Amino acid sequence: MRNLIDEILNLQESHIYTDPKDYKTPIDVRWCAGCGGYAILAQTQRILSGLGIPREKIVFISGIGCSSRFPYYVNVYGMHTMHGRALAIASGLKIARPDLSIWIATGDGDGLSIGGNHFIHAARRNMDLNIILFNNAVYSLTKGQYSPTSLPGQITKSSPLGVLDDPFNPAALALGSGATFVARCFDRDAKTMQFMFEREAKHKGFAFVEAYANCVIFNDGAFDLYTKKETRNEYTVWLEHGKPLIFGNNNDKGIRLDGFTPTVVSLESGEWSINDLLVHDEKDTTLAFILANMTYNQNLPRPMGVFLDIERPTYDQKVTEQIEYYTKLPGAYDLDALLKGDDFWEIA
Amino acid sequence: MERRTEYLEEATIRFAGDSGDGMQLTGSQFSNTSGTFGNDVNSFPDYPSEIRAPEGTLYGVSAYQVQFSSHKINTFGDFIDVLVAMNASSLKVNLAKLRKGGIIIANTAGFDEKNLNLAKYNTNPLKDNSLKEYQVFAIDMNSVVAEYLKDLPLTKKEMDRTKNFFALGLTYWLYNRPLEPTIKWLQAKFSKKPKYYEANLRALKAGWEWGESRDEFAVRYYIGPAKLEKGLYRNITGNEAVAIGLVCAAKKANLPLFLGSYPITPATEILHHISGYKKYGVKHLQAEDEIAGISSAIGAAFGGYLAATTTSGPGLSLKVEAIGLAVILELPLIIVDVQRGGPSTGLPTKPEQADLLMAMWGRHGEAPLPIVAAKSAADCFHATIEAARIALKYMTPVILLTDGYLAQGNNPFMIPKLDDLPDITPKFYTDPETFQPYKRDPKTLARLWAIPGMAGLEHRIGGLEKEDITGLVSQDPLNHQKMVNIRQAKIDGIVDDIPFAELEGENEGDLLIIGWGGTYGAIKDAFDKLRLDGKKLSYVHLTHLNPLPKNLPDIMNRFKRILVPELNMGHLKIMLQAKFLRPILSLNKVQGLPLKAYEVEEKVLQLLKEGE
Repeated sequence: MRNLIDEILNLQESHIYTDPKDYKTPIDVRWCAGCGGYAILAQTQRILSGLGIPREKIVFISGIGCSSRFPYYVNVYGMHTMHGRALAIASGLKIARPDLSIWIATGDGDGLSIGGNHFIHAARRNMDLNIILFNNAVYSLTKGQYSPTSLPGQITKSSPLGVLDDPFNPAALALGSGATFVARCFDRDAKTMQFMFEREAKHKGFAFVEAYANCVIFNDGAFDLYTKKETRNEYTVWLEHGKPLIFGNNNDKGIRLDGFTPTVVSLESGEWSINDLLVHDEKDTTLAFILANMTYNQNLPRPMGVFLDIERPTYDQKVTEQIEYYTKLPGAYDLDALLKGDDFWEIA
Repeated sequence: MERRTEYLEEATIRFAGDSGDGMQLTGSQFSNTSGTFGNDVNSFPDYPSEIRAPEGTLYGVSAYQVQFSSHKINTFGDFIDVLVAMNASSLKVNLAKLRKGGIIIANTAGFDEKNLNLAKYNTNPLKDNSLKEYQVFAIDMNSVVAEYLKDLPLTKKEMDRTKNFFALGLTYWLYNRPLEPTIKWLQAKFSKKPKYYEANLRALKAGWEWGESRDEFAVRYYIGPAKLEKGLYRNITGNEAVAIGLVCAAKKANLPLFLGSYPITPATEILHHISGYKKYGVKHLQAEDEIAGISSAIGAAFGGYLAATTTSGPGLSLKVEAIGLAVILELPLIIVDVQRGGPSTGLPTKPEQADLLMAMWGRHGEAPLPIVAAKSAADCFHATIEAARIALKYMTPVILLTDGYLAQGNNPFMIPKLDDLPDITPKFYTDPETFQPYKRDPKTLARLWAIPGMAGLEHRIGGLEKEDITGLVSQDPLNHQKMVNIRQAKIDGIVDDIPFAELEGENEGDLLIIGWGGTYGAIKDAFDKLRLDGKKLSYVHLTHLNPLPKNLPDIMNRFKRILVPELNMGHLKIMLQAKFLRPILSLNKVQGLPLKAYEVEEKVLQLLKEGE
């Protein structure tokens, strides 16, 4: 049944904006010089300009934290909400308005600590949302406390003697919660980041990208090993669908599965060849878990790229299908019948 | 046989039994039949908070009370005239409210040794002469129905399960009620199970025949139809009335409806109803927690929906931050709080009115919002429409207060025609050239509303303080002052858009009662009775708690003393004292029970005596 929203949307004359500049707002970006957020913002504006989606159909929603200023900087619809609640707000919007492309900018504190419950449930329901989690492994906007991705022993203002907590592994958490697209990238590599965001945008369902974002003030260099040109080839391995896991400065190492355990093998010793290596399959949920669990293993390179990309009906689709089914049955939209109920009488 | 018929103005019957005895069904059938007959009816289900309390226990008793009358009534009856007791425990826990001389219809099958022990009776009260002040009719209902059903292919257990229809049939006979509405109901209910239809029908008729054929029933009663406004009626609980109200409000707003909610007693039935309304195009999310319930509703409101969240005390506490967000975002949102006894988990199934001050002031920062309170189960419908009207017109969250009594209470609802309900269609702002998210309608001060999907009106809103008009983030001191003032003025201004308070009774004088919310029925019944007795008295009942009706101070000024009865320690009293700087008398009750008419009556009589 048509309503005011349908009427308004029918009147719109859409225009596709294809220049990344069209996605900038006149607001000054207020992140610290050198913040990883700048790279994420630039790549987001770039990929938005290539999606072919009208600006008015895109919404950015955020919670609270440095990352959550994001919506103010993107010239689409936006909402800067409460600490941790972006996904819950976005879920309501997506159910209400399946026509929108909804993005969430969040951080490790906002998304995984105070917002942890909404994170796992939005993933479980396969809400068709695109999440970019700026992981800087610290609370920055509150000026330097440890976060759920801080490492044991890390010294912060609230852990002067060292962090006692073990960290969340965001990719594994997303997988375990039912996310249908899970990827990781980092601020120093614009090209792969752009690629991850594009893949995320095209994915229908709960799409989660963890982006390592350096905090120059409170946790500078936290990810240097994995992100700096000098070391990253040795300390990370890129996951590419259908390709063997090879890494190292000279592409001289690979990952081989020993049972369910990934191990590093040398491709130069003659013992192992490329044919012995684990071949990535983005559709394999079991493999995705194995790969995600390499994350904090000091003996293994850190996986980057797409862990998983599978299809599953989205929540909003299922709601729409139920409504389409039931509104075709007799009595649909019959509010007089609803008002009367089963048992009514007349006073004449 | 000589048999008299006594003509009465009203009567109260209470069906009580074990949780599995079908008392809720029996009571609601009696209530609907009496409504169909033309009586005014008011009923209340009273069941244990345990899901399946152990059989026969005192805390496992489930009851359903109906008051029906030939005149207007507003409560389910302070005292009972007829108690149907299906077992010993149900007699024990309900006897105190039975009038002296009242009727007990007891199922002796529920008074065996085991049941007597569970009820902690040393001797059988049906036999030990302890009930001599009452009229006791003891019937082995299980055996009687078994005799009537013996040729049907039913197990003993299945036969036993029809005993509530025997009790119903007997009470129908006693009060001259028609059987047809219940027969019609049985036909629909068991259209695919003819043997159960037959069994229950026979049990119903057996009850009737039992009364008709036995000498001990020397008196029958007749309560004629009440003079009610012409129209279609149904019984409705407050929770269902809210659910239907939301659907109708959305229809009258020409918007789709979204409910974000998390299960919580006693509000959950609203979610139950709404979740079955897909055929009306309604969307909902049973969220992962209370915060996600309201947050998802805020998201849907941003998308242009009529959005609501439903909860009770503990849930309201959890939603507080999000309500503040809705205040600064200036998005329409309905927050239904079905109040229950607190603090903390408190009395989850029981009513209280102790959330008013929280609704009024329970947010950080200056975060005013309108408050509407329903006065009866049926009124929950109209209060919901009113909350939606205010939310959409003023771009604001609105708190709708009901309570556990209204939520589960059941009273006749005059079925409105959709066309007679107000048109509350909002306007989306369409001009990209002149759009600013915090530009306002000069009259209502509501900000302009544009929704995602509207080209050229892309904008960002958020929880940081907004710059006036542009909505950009602003930390400017004077701007903050200005925005706080605007948000307050917007809510205060609603005063010109709500009805005047209606004064009943004397136009001026000594004592004015001011009530709000679900205590209406009790106060009104007491008020009517006292006025009939010639007492000089006046009464105002408030639906709008914020802002308060414009004429309220003028009314208050015409009375020497003001009494506020409420189910809390004085919330409305504090508000009135703070706003109007005059002392207010109070009647406070916090027992997890609805207010009773006689309690108001006693208080008023005491005050009138003191005033002489």
